[in-house]
Amino acid sequence: MPATARDEHAVAPTPGAHAQPVVKLRHPIRWASYVIIAVLAAMFVNTILTNPNYGWDVVGEYFTSVRILDGLLKTLQLTAIAMVLGIVLGVGLAVMRLSSNPAVSGVSWLYIWFFRGTPIFVQLLFWGYISALYPVISLGIPFGPSFVEFDTNVLITPVMAAILGLGLNEGAYMAEIVRAGILSVDKGQTEAAQALGMKRGRILRQIVLPQAMRVIIPPTGNNTISMLKTTSLVSVLAFPELLYAAQLIYSDNFETIPLLITASIWYIIVTSVLTVGQYYIERHYSRSERLAGPGVLSRIAELQRRRGVTVDTEGEAR
Amino acid sequence: MTADTRVPMVRAEDIRKSFGHLEVLKGINLEVQRGEVMTLLGPSGSGKTTFIRLINHLETITAGRLTVDGQLVGYREHQDRLHELRESEVAGMRAEIGMVFQRFNLFPHMTALQNIMAAPIGVRREPKGVVRERALSLLERVGMSDKSGAYPGALSGGQQQRVAIARALAMQPKLMLFDEPTSALDPELVGEVLDVMKDLARSGMTMIVVTHEMGFAKEVADSVVFMDDGVVVEAGSPDAVLVDPQHQRTRDFISKVL
Ligand SMILES: Nc1ncnc2c1ncn2[C@@H]1O[C@H](COP(=O)(O)OP(=O)(O)O)[C@@H](O)[C@H]1O
Ligand SMILES: [Mg+2]
Repeated sequence: MPATARDEHAVAPTPGAHAQPVVKLRHPIRWASYVIIAVLAAMFVNTILTNPNYGWDVVGEYFTSVRILDGLLKTLQLTAIAMVLGIVLGVGLAVMRLSSNPAVSGVSWLYIWFFRGTPIFVQLLFWGYISALYPVISLGIPFGPSFVEFDTNVLITPVMAAILGLGLNEGAYMAEIVRAGILSVDKGQTEAAQALGMKRGRILRQIVLPQAMRVIIPPTGNNTISMLKTTSLVSVLAFPELLYAAQLIYSDNFETIPLLITASIWYIIVTSVLTVGQYYIERHYSRSERLAGPGVLSRIAELQRRRGVTVDTEGEAR
Repeated sequence: MTADTRVPMVRAEDIRKSFGHLEVLKGINLEVQRGEVMTLLGPSGSGKTTFIRLINHLETITAGRLTVDGQLVGYREHQDRLHELRESEVAGMRAEIGMVFQRFNLFPHMTALQNIMAAPIGVRREPKGVVRERALSLLERVGMSDKSGAYPGALSGGQQQRVAIARALAMQPKLMLFDEPTSALDPELVGEVLDVMKDLARSGMTMIVVTHEMGFAKEVADSVVFMDDGVVVEAGSPDAVLVDPQHQRTRDFISKVL
């Protein structure tokens, strides 16, 4: 057998002081725990395989069925739309919160206080029953005549209720994340930009937000993962996302457990994929923190330029 | 822009500045002429930083009258009243005054070249090609031609400060403010930054420099102002203030710094 450096026999000599034989410490408790865990795992696998109530054949039958895949697609879409709405709102609310105008920052504070202080489930129910609160939505002069009126039930469909409920709630959480990001940028950056004659909007877009990204992006990834799971609450609004699609099926065929398993497997697949993405995002940001290098955007531009795609790198300075 | 060469570049009349109840500047009077290089000395906490931040309105004055190139800083005078300037007007005024900070404050997500080009393109809306040419020649002037693509994190303190000076010069300012530009640097890096500043001083730039580098003051300054506890204690030529100071406070300070 060739002795490579990785070969166990080729490893450095016994660490004992005079190269005497060493008796390794025994770990009886560790071995006992292995045995117990192995037994429990065997029992668990056994019940999963033998308990007919799991209905694995039903899971297999529905796993890639059109209704389930359609629900999955809607879940993904809802997650994306709600996150985009939440991020846009969050940036706006964070900037408002940091405003020197007390009315503006007060409104933002109130918004965050309300949407973080009540359960998302209750908020979704409110959006679902909004027509009981405001049967008609009208546009016009405040306290004066109205020009157009909408029937709330027509305007706020289950999709709209789901998007508003999830997005407005997410906005409050994103606001805090973005605010922390903005505050993490050294004040000297703003002052240097001001001294160069830049105005507030440009300083925010070109100087502060790009640097705030390393603080904003990792928790935003976390929130996206948790949003994916939170979308399941939308089933109460009769919006056919993944969980509600499963519920609709089992209300017909009474295969409740197998369909919940089907939905769960899909949730865990998607969250796993997102978690891997999250891992790389966090690694990227913890590394660039040490190097104080460029942000994601300029990295992407750099890569594209190397591939020969012409990118306006100074475009960041437009 | 006033081209009247008789108007001083900076004129401060009885400038006062308080933070809450703390009065930091207690009536500063001084003038900086066009092309003049003034060094500002004084112990820590004497109000030097505050004073130069007032000049580009990073702080607002509490009382007194401050003009740059004949124009009031931060206000417009109309029918015996002072009207606060709008944000865009303040920004326009700042664009003509360069500032160099103790901690460099380069934008870490931009390369050296991008740092220099950002304001001329974004604020002045100058054509990119023109700005690029100017930025490259400024990098050459501060001896940083080979680092145009480097991010600030990859540069030494001295290199960062030279890029910061180039960034300020890219706006073609009529006045440059320096707030202890070398005091955050390792001793062996001070010289390279001072050389760039001396070169700039000899080119006729109007400069106010807060520094404790006596060599710089003696070599290129036209005037030296010694501040203590929010007032100007002594002002005059470098020889008068540094070699033959009239006040005990000045003597004490200079003997400590040398
Ligand atoms: N933003 C501020 N708020 C309150 N006090 C301040 C502020 N900036 C400066 N000061 C105080 O003003 C005094 C003068 O500070 P500064 O102008 O930085 O002095 P110097 O630059 O000469 O060391 C110090 O006592 C400092 O604590
Ligand atoms: Mg200072």
